Amino acid sequence: MSAEPASEAGWVAEPLHEELPGLGVVSLALAAPRLGRSPQGVREHLDALSARFRGADALALRQRPIPHAYRVCFRHVGLDPDVTRVPVEAAAIDRLVHGGFRSAGLLDDALTIALVETGVPLWALDHAAVDGPLGLRLSAEGETLGRGAGALPLPPGRIVVADAGAPLAPLFGDPGPGCGATRRTKRLLLFAVRVEGVSAMHVQEALWIAVEALRSR
Amino acid sequence: MVVIAQRPAGPELLVRELDEAAARRTLRAQVARLERKLARLALEASPRDGIAWEVGRLHGPRLLGLGELERLRDELAERLHDARATLAARAEREARMRELLARMLRDPARHRFVRITQADVGEPGCGAWHVRPRLGLIGMLMGWWQVKLSSGCPLAGRP
Repeated sequence: MSAEPASEAGWVAEPLHEELPGLGVVSLALAAPRLGRSPQGVREHLDALSARFRGADALALRQRPIPHAYRVCFRHVGLDPDVTRVPVEAAAIDRLVHGGFRSAGLLDDALTIALVETGVPLWALDHAAVDGPLGLRLSAEGETLGRGAGALPLPPGRIVVADAGAPLAPLFGDPGPGCGATRRTKRLLLFAVRVEGVSAMHVQEALWIAVEALRSR
Repeated sequence: MVVIAQRPAGPELLVRELDEAAARRTLRAQVARLERKLARLALEASPRDGIAWEVGRLHGPRLLGLGELERLRDELAERLHDARATLAARAEREARMRELLARMLRDPARHRFVRITQADVGEPGCGAWHVRPRLGLIGMLMGWWQVKLSSGCPLAGRP
């Protein structure tokens, strides 16, 4: 019997689904590898991506279907993609500024490889800090972002990635305190935010590329 | 006491909500089209054009109301208009410079010491066409003028 992790489409609260029909979250849980320095293969993959990715590509990105879809979604939710860069453009600019995709540990590298290969952004949570399936909803009055004493204040009406208990991350933002993956994480929950114009297949591909990179030795 | 019977607001409210939802969908589609047009223009623009692409944040991520979407649509349309105007002005300026370059190459003596860079005519690189006298002072006195194309970009100096 196969022990391959399966992805799971998350729930989307009614007002969001009505207003932004293509918006969704897809997650995939897997056993966490040792989250330290990336193995040679992953670092070589990053180097190969750096060589493939040039300045002209960074500029042309916004015309490609998937980055364009994320740019449009950013506009629709009140983010300016020329101020808050869509993740793949942010990675491209980082590549140009630093002369290459820098290795930042296995988890970050796996997420970067998946992002650059597909254009679909991924984030990682500590599965133990997540209560039930992930979904998208609007934050309520008095809610905080993250878990525990370090949870951050959150204005009402923000679009958040949440579980049954609390908002865990703002839409297109990094996980809040107490729920992100750390070196002590035993099980990871990767998630991607899907937007209108991005097929489910691309999202699956992004998740699988990240899983493959995380399993590299 | 007079009691005025109130008409049930339900159906009217529902119709208004449906109308507003449809309007928001239309505005989002317009925003998507404007974004595509802006992306195309961004490829043609260069940092020298000094085009401001930002339209300002709306404190997202959140659901935007009808008024906010209208404002966003209008601001994007304004950016698109400004960007097109800037690029058109640059294209006109470059065309004028190309004409001047052609005249300069045909008749250097009538364009003494005129200098046109590759950037002035919309070409990549750091070179420049410069009308200079052949053999320095002798050329100046004899009216021997030539167009020299300087070579590429200067090498990076030591920090």
